[in-house]
Amino acid sequence: MALNRDYIGRSFPPSEPYEVSRVKIAEFANAIGDPSPLCRDREAAQAAGYPDVIAPPTFAIVITMASSSHAVLDEDLGLDYSMVVHGEQRFEYARPLHAGDVVVAQSTITDIRNAGRNVMLTTRTDIKTTGGEHVCTALSALVERGGAA
Amino acid sequence: MAATVKYADVQPGAELEARSYPVTRLDLVKYCGASGDFNVIHWNERIAKSVGLPDVIAHGMFTMSQAGRYASEWAGDPGAVVEFGVRFSSPVVVPDDDKGATIEVSGTVEEKLDGNKVVLALVARSDGTKVLTRARAVVVLP
Repeated sequence: MALNRDYIGRSFPPSEPYEVSRVKIAEFANAIGDPSPLCRDREAAQAAGYPDVIAPPTFAIVITMASSSHAVLDEDLGLDYSMVVHGEQRFEYARPLHAGDVVVAQSTITDIRNAGRNVMLTTRTDIKTTGGEHVCTALSALVERGGAA
Repeated sequence: MAATVKYADVQPGAELEARSYPVTRLDLVKYCGASGDFNVIHWNERIAKSVGLPDVIAHGMFTMSQAGRYASEWAGDPGAVVEFGVRFSSPVVVPDDDKGATIEVSGTVEEKLDGNKVVLALVARSDGTKVLTRARAVVVLP
């Protein structure tokens, strides 16, 4: 089934607030093998000038996925998720996420285009604190294999 | 800002020391839990093969995270990475044995920008194949 091009430009409602915790940051850092004490030791992070332990640069994907999954799993979009692979990913940070941040993520489908036999769907997710401070923008490209065949 | 590399000391064109990061099935299971991405192709060989993959593959974001860790470790501060983008060019295939796979990451200082920013061009390979291309990290240094 072809992807519904009417979804280009569509924004989805903001996610529920996500509270960044020390435990989750440490769990994520352990899972990716990042040894930095700044992800685990509050005093070390504060000595480096941060309010609390900071998240590794790819941590935002945890928050992004929860938001963008609403978009990509929307039935009317017509994406066959079993054929989806990650094509590209980019993060732009105004500052690192740190423990204690409470953030909301909002995703927009920025483009849907054919790439050979495949279809590429790009999304933009903005992560802001509940106070409105912009922290991170995540740009993702998902590839639906065979979607244009 | 705890980066240990000084902006003034960085030379464009400088090559960073390459690092090798092992990845086993257990690492993928941990990453599933930590990230919330439980896609079966990252832990179930039967289903991975049924959709045309050679075996279980690592999450693209796990591979990207190894390149992120490389840039963070070089700078001495994960918070120094202000921009980070990659293209996933090939999957990292992770066999069900004690050895698993290896992700080799190398990098070059591509450019120095204003604002104490440095652009790192990163390359990640596994089993001789480039698994990340167009990988760039912008790092802010003191």
